[in-house]
Amino acid sequence: MSSTSSTSAAAEFARRRQTPLQQLQHQLHRRPWLSPLFLLLVAFLAFFIATPTFLTASSMGILLQQTAVVAALAVGQTLIILTAGIDLSVGAVMVLSMMVMASLARDGGMPGLLALVIGVALATVAGLLNGLLVTRINLPPFIVTLGTLSIFTAIALLYSGGESIQAEHLPRLLNVLGEGFGIGSFRLTWGIVVVVLIYAVMAFVLSQTAWGRYVYAVGDDAESARLSGVPSRRILLGVYTVAGLIYGIAAWILIGRAGAATPNAIPDANLASITAVVIGGTSLFGGRGRLIGTLIGALIVQTFAFGLSQLGVDQQWRVLATGVLVIVAVAIDQWIRKVKA
Amino acid sequence: MQLRQVPTTRTARRAVASAAIVGLALTATACNRGSTSDSGSGGGDAAVGVTLITKDSTNPFFVAMQKGAKADATKNNVKLTVASGKQEGDDQGQITAIEDAVARGDKGILITPMSTGVNAAIKKARDAGLYVIALDTPPDPADTVDITFATDNRSAGKLDGQWAAATLDGKPAVIALLDLFDDKIVSVDYNRDQGFLEGMGIDVADPKKNGDEAKTGTYSGGKGGQYTIVCNEAGNGAEDGGRSAMEKCLAKNPDINLVYTINEPTAVGANAALKAAGKTATIVSVDGGCAGVSSVKSGVIGATAQQYPLKMATLGMEAIAKIARGGEKPKTTEGLDFFDTGVALVTDKPVDGVESIDSAKGADLCWGN
Amino acid sequence: MSTIERLPLTHDAIPEGRRHIYDTDPVLTARDLVITFGRVIGLDGVSLDLYRGEVLAVIGDNGAGKSTLIKCLTGAYLPDSGAIHLEGERVHFRRPQDAREAGIETVYQQLAVIPALDIASNLYLGREERRGGILGSMFRMLDKGGMEKRAGQSVQDLGIQTIQNMSQAVETLSGGQRQAVAVARAAAFGSKVVVLDEPTAALGVKESGMVLEMVKQLRDNGLAVILISHNMPHVWEVADRIHIQRLGGCAGVITPQSHDMGEGVAIMTGAKTLSGS
Repeated sequence: MSSTSSTSAAAEFARRRQTPLQQLQHQLHRRPWLSPLFLLLVAFLAFFIATPTFLTASSMGILLQQTAVVAALAVGQTLIILTAGIDLSVGAVMVLSMMVMASLARDGGMPGLLALVIGVALATVAGLLNGLLVTRINLPPFIVTLGTLSIFTAIALLYSGGESIQAEHLPRLLNVLGEGFGIGSFRLTWGIVVVVLIYAVMAFVLSQTAWGRYVYAVGDDAESARLSGVPSRRILLGVYTVAGLIYGIAAWILIGRAGAATPNAIPDANLASITAVVIGGTSLFGGRGRLIGTLIGALIVQTFAFGLSQLGVDQQWRVLATGVLVIVAVAIDQWIRKVKA
Repeated sequence: MQLRQVPTTRTARRAVASAAIVGLALTATACNRGSTSDSGSGGGDAAVGVTLITKDSTNPFFVAMQKGAKADATKNNVKLTVASGKQEGDDQGQITAIEDAVARGDKGILITPMSTGVNAAIKKARDAGLYVIALDTPPDPADTVDITFATDNRSAGKLDGQWAAATLDGKPAVIALLDLFDDKIVSVDYNRDQGFLEGMGIDVADPKKNGDEAKTGTYSGGKGGQYTIVCNEAGNGAEDGGRSAMEKCLAKNPDINLVYTINEPTAVGANAALKAAGKTATIVSVDGGCAGVSSVKSGVIGATAQQYPLKMATLGMEAIAKIARGGEKPKTTEGLDFFDTGVALVTDKPVDGVESIDSAKGADLCWGN
Repeated sequence: MSTIERLPLTHDAIPEGRRHIYDTDPVLTARDLVITFGRVIGLDGVSLDLYRGEVLAVIGDNGAGKSTLIKCLTGAYLPDSGAIHLEGERVHFRRPQDAREAGIETVYQQLAVIPALDIASNLYLGREERRGGILGSMFRMLDKGGMEKRAGQSVQDLGIQTIQNMSQAVETLSGGQRQAVAVARAAAFGSKVVVLDEPTAALGVKESGMVLEMVKQLRDNGLAVILISHNMPHVWEVADRIHIQRLGGCAGVITPQSHDMGEGVAIMTGAKTLSGS
């Protein structure tokens, strides 16, 4: 077979003669989010059979609310992982932004809108700082964000004095994403709507604009991209900055969801967001993956956690299940590629 | 050896614990316990769903709480789900667990609230008709939950303070205060710390604020005398943190002779620091875990105020089961805004005027391993 | 315009049918290029003329300065001294983009194609075309369909029949096909000079043949081609003139007709020097 591979007619012929399994693999290669989607559907079916409290309108609403914040963070994480980077500072940037916007607006200290804008802008600047360190000083993203993780966490704690700020001390604008609307007992929050919007906008940007294409190019082969005239450093800087902006919006969502701004919120946000990205079929080596996969990945993690919790399974087993999921997801990813190659 | 001991003596130990609790003259507890076990053994009723949400699943205190509750769940015909935050500070983990409990249709929640960040979620659960009992740490404000089952951390601290003052026998006190956190304020932290100082007979200024008291002055407990507070350092409730906190304090003043610690792991760390520096000091602590009691026995810790976490979870679970089956709601202990599950000072050097039990008895009642 | 004096040409060595190429002024000239890297001398006063419609091969041992010369011409390095003129205009390339915007395209040895992207995306990488109207101007939406169509056209112009589906990911292509994509990109967009760096290094006999045909096609389309190669038979097959680099300087310019491969290699290695005729 391989000896004739130089003529593409033969290759074309071989493709038409693929077994159904190979065709599946071909499809999975083109759409790496298909396997997580399949996993999600299986999980839904299994939990639906196993417990009556899972597939109810109110439970589905709760599931989406529980997924919202990590799903939002995972958008920024996806952008960065697509460029073959990694962001360990996601949670820290979000918490810093959250504490700043909440402290500024506390008890009418500042109009809610202004506080929100400052908070989100701060997160954007934090992302920009990550990007500058990565592109100007040429430090590996892992090291940069490992450092800024501590820096931003410390600043958030210093700034807030370690104190939580309750919702009743905050203007309505900062809490509004926790409010929502319902169709019967199916309740959605505005936070979920914002998350969906973030996904829609960024999915468009990634798939339909030159910038999106550059993100993939830089992640797949930075040197080739640079030689092709892609302004690699500017793209990277942009990616980190946009990620920061998204973390700032996630901070807003989190205030609404938690009903408070707490300096210790979501301690494992970085790992949770990376998990969602990886389960969603995005390669940690960069250049491959779709945002829709990340959304599915975030939903899978939360579905397993929620479903197992509805079954009364202890937390440690849920954590274990997440671990198994990550390994299965990456294994499937590798399998798809091996067959293709 | 300890590992082997656990399965064989667990039931026995619980029986002893129950007996001892009655012996501690906590009448409210005794009544409550009697009546719930009646309804529990009634059978026939459907299992009552209860969720126990701790701060984390690694702190021996919470591990013991979970173990005790699990062991008693079947007896009370309770379907118990155990959840927790991933670590200290994981509000979202607790919020998620609360929502899960509501979705599951549980009748009640037992929770050691992480911080005020979970208040909103607790309120939602109560609005959905769940009976919420806070364990160990009362939330702020206390009426966020239906009731709190807790040990009185302030009185635990006070016991330590009274004992320490009496032990000093009029000598000047050079005190190190090894607290829980310096980056956030939690009630257990200031209640134990300020309670300790109150027990010593020191004016604490704001009773809800650590470190605002005069650094020098006189204490009135025991025979009374001069005191110096060298430091307030946070040990984060762990050995390593306790050690480095103590090292910082010793650097400020090597003559420290009295060390208050937020819990026993901190005390163990503090002792290591003292040893390394070639110093000795009296260490007092709170919790009364089995490891802590053995530290009392070996003399590392002078006295520790023992609390009863197993009881908190078990009693809470029984209360919820009882309410779900149409029984009465529990009431707060007189004079407190929570339901007191008791405290006893464990020391092998008893002093006059401070009630205490010895380390042998403490070992019978202790939790964890 | 023609203020730059041409380097001497040995017309005798050029076949009759191709002499007309040298009637016009060179499209690209380099004069006395010098570049040093600390104490290491990269180029020691190298000059070069390149004409439209010719293939100029650059050969030389490792470290002779081939790559350095090419990098100076394509903007990857800025020479310390010397002058580069493109169509008679003095140019100063500070980045590869500068050279590319001026019309000098490079196909790098490492190909510079993005495996995960499809063929059309690769051809248009760095100069994407947007849709018309508000979708393009405001939402910056790409004209995917249009780019695919035009990409197919550029590939066909090079006479490459084996690539059909422009939405195929480049990683699914063979080495020769990838090379074809890279060359097609270099040849498109109205470029004047195409630099090919070891285009046949990693290819089998058949695929190499395809790439050499492509090189001839580029030349016949009127482009000026610089070919860097270690493969002497390939050089002697397609080159019009051969520039030999040695020890940072130019050891001479020969043609496949004036010298055979053995002599070329001898000059390259210093075993023989070109008699100053």
